[in-house]
Amino acid sequence: MAQETAPTTGPGPAGARWRRVGGARRGTRRVRAVASCALVGLAALAVLLVPVFFPLDQQAVDLTAKLLPPSAEHPFGTDDMGRDLLLRSVYGLRVSLLVGLVAALVASLIGLALGCLAGAVGGWFDRVLMRVVDTFTAVPHLLMGVFIVAMFRPGVWPVVASVGLTHWVSTARIVRAEVHSLRSRPFVDAAISGGASRLRVAGRHLLPAVLPQAGLAAVLMVPHAVWHESALSFLGLGIPAHQASLGTMINGARGSLAAGDWWPTLFPGLFIVVTTLAVAGAAGLWRERINPRRRSELVL
Amino acid sequence: MTVPWPAVARLVGRRALAAVPVLAVVTLGMFAVAAASPFDPVRRYVGESSGVSQETLDALRENLSPDGTFVEQWWSWLTSALGGDLGQSLALRQPVSQVIAERIGWSLLLCAVAFVGSVLLGTALGVLAARREGGWLDRVVTSLGYTLQAAPPFWLALLAIWLFALQLDVLPAGGLTEAGSDTVTAGGLLSHLALPAAVLTISQLPWFVLYVRQGVTDALHEDPVRGARARGVSERTVLLGHGLRSGLLPVLTLVGTRIPELITGALLVETVFSWPGIASATVRAATATDFPLLAALTALSALAVLAGNLLADLLYGLADPRVDLNEM
Repeated sequence: MAQETAPTTGPGPAGARWRRVGGARRGTRRVRAVASCALVGLAALAVLLVPVFFPLDQQAVDLTAKLLPPSAEHPFGTDDMGRDLLLRSVYGLRVSLLVGLVAALVASLIGLALGCLAGAVGGWFDRVLMRVVDTFTAVPHLLMGVFIVAMFRPGVWPVVASVGLTHWVSTARIVRAEVHSLRSRPFVDAAISGGASRLRVAGRHLLPAVLPQAGLAAVLMVPHAVWHESALSFLGLGIPAHQASLGTMINGARGSLAAGDWWPTLFPGLFIVVTTLAVAGAAGLWRERINPRRRSELVL
Repeated sequence: MTVPWPAVARLVGRRALAAVPVLAVVTLGMFAVAAASPFDPVRRYVGESSGVSQETLDALRENLSPDGTFVEQWWSWLTSALGGDLGQSLALRQPVSQVIAERIGWSLLLCAVAFVGSVLLGTALGVLAARREGGWLDRVVTSLGYTLQAAPPFWLALLAIWLFALQLDVLPAGGLTEAGSDTVTAGGLLSHLALPAAVLTISQLPWFVLYVRQGVTDALHEDPVRGARARGVSERTVLLGHGLRSGLLPVLTLVGTRIPELITGALLVETVFSWPGIASATVRAATATDFPLLAALTALSALAVLAGNLLADLLYGLADPRVDLNEM
């Protein structure tokens, strides 16, 4: 759909560039899009189905098979307890993704609610909220997460809370800006002059219009939340060791790494990188749908 | 370029005034979180399992945790902090101000080297990538940028240790001095700085590369560039004089806002390399639930972020003649 409407943008640099980039490199973009979506689907299937078919006793230790390098039997090798790293990485991804999803959901809902309110109510509420946003951006998110987790350790919930409570700011900003630009649109004026209440305008006209942007921000926040969770877990402040996440696994592999065994460190990290890239690629596709003109903007 | 000093001074003054409430709310928030948490400084001090009599506990409580609500605790912390007394670190067993004084130099050195490195390298790679949009170099640099952006810095740091310290054995794996020695020599410092600085640079690099590339690419599609090319201006002048100059402007103004990411990267990189800076001390404070140290370092990082934002505004105002510093 985007490609058919594109040439009508007419002359000028934007149109010329649009045709060039949209035309010549369409193949690359399609490959990238398909690969991203396939990887996201594969990751989702793996974390949902693998535990059903390959139940894993996470404590099962087989010291006769410890630190085997990658082979046909163990594609990712085994860790210092003799556990298969591929299976453990999938389980780790499951924990990381779960934490990331819940945290991103929490952050997005807070951001959506506050951003909508600030944009729709305006006035003192808007000003107070913007000061709160300033305060939250004054402390690096990871440090704020470290602080919260240090005080409420240990457990999964402090991690979810620390990521969720520190990341609503960007969503709130996006939603607020979007609501502000929507407020002057004719359909909002029409609704108001038609006698719609503030609540109705916000709920029926503003909220549905900002949902695509907010949803996009929420999707992009999942890999970000996974990143934060693994950083906290790596620092030894995150997920308890018996519910290994990808960050916990990398932290636990430091001893093996010092002995020269690279695979327990490499593969869990690759899981983080590939998942992040796949989600970002799929989200980029979605953004082209919502807003085809702004394709060139950065995704991560 | 003449610098409008009075306007700069007024902007700095206004931002300093605006920073006061932000810092106050940040520190108050820390005390509120600590008050809401199950954290108990007395228990932390004597240890979980030690059999200490109730009287000793009460005496310690008298000394360690000031009475009153968290607002009163915050106020007494704030007043003594303004007097230079930040309390006693429980994990490192020395005054917090001494911890900061001993370590901040190493952190600043590491961050400064990494920051300058990523700005210079990022600009160079970004311009090279923008020169031929969609060319092989552009594709390589862009994909590498996205991949490195997605890679956690601690993971890159561990892989770098494995490769350079364990396999090739050319650089030390961490710390500041050789094992068994306490003196810091220039050569030793350089070799110990190399890996952490390189990893921190690489963790900050993608953002600079991708933004410079984007800025220069966009600038090369503008009319002035088309005009310059039509006049027969050399491609080198077009790229560096027109593309880079106007494309770098948005990047330059965002440089100051990268301080939070730099601190985030330093937290992870310093920890992996046992670099004796304040970021690794923050992680130690968090691991040991050392509230006085953690609170002071969090406040310090908020201060650094606010200073970075001010720097961003100043650069923006000085680099772009259309911006009036008095209106910021």
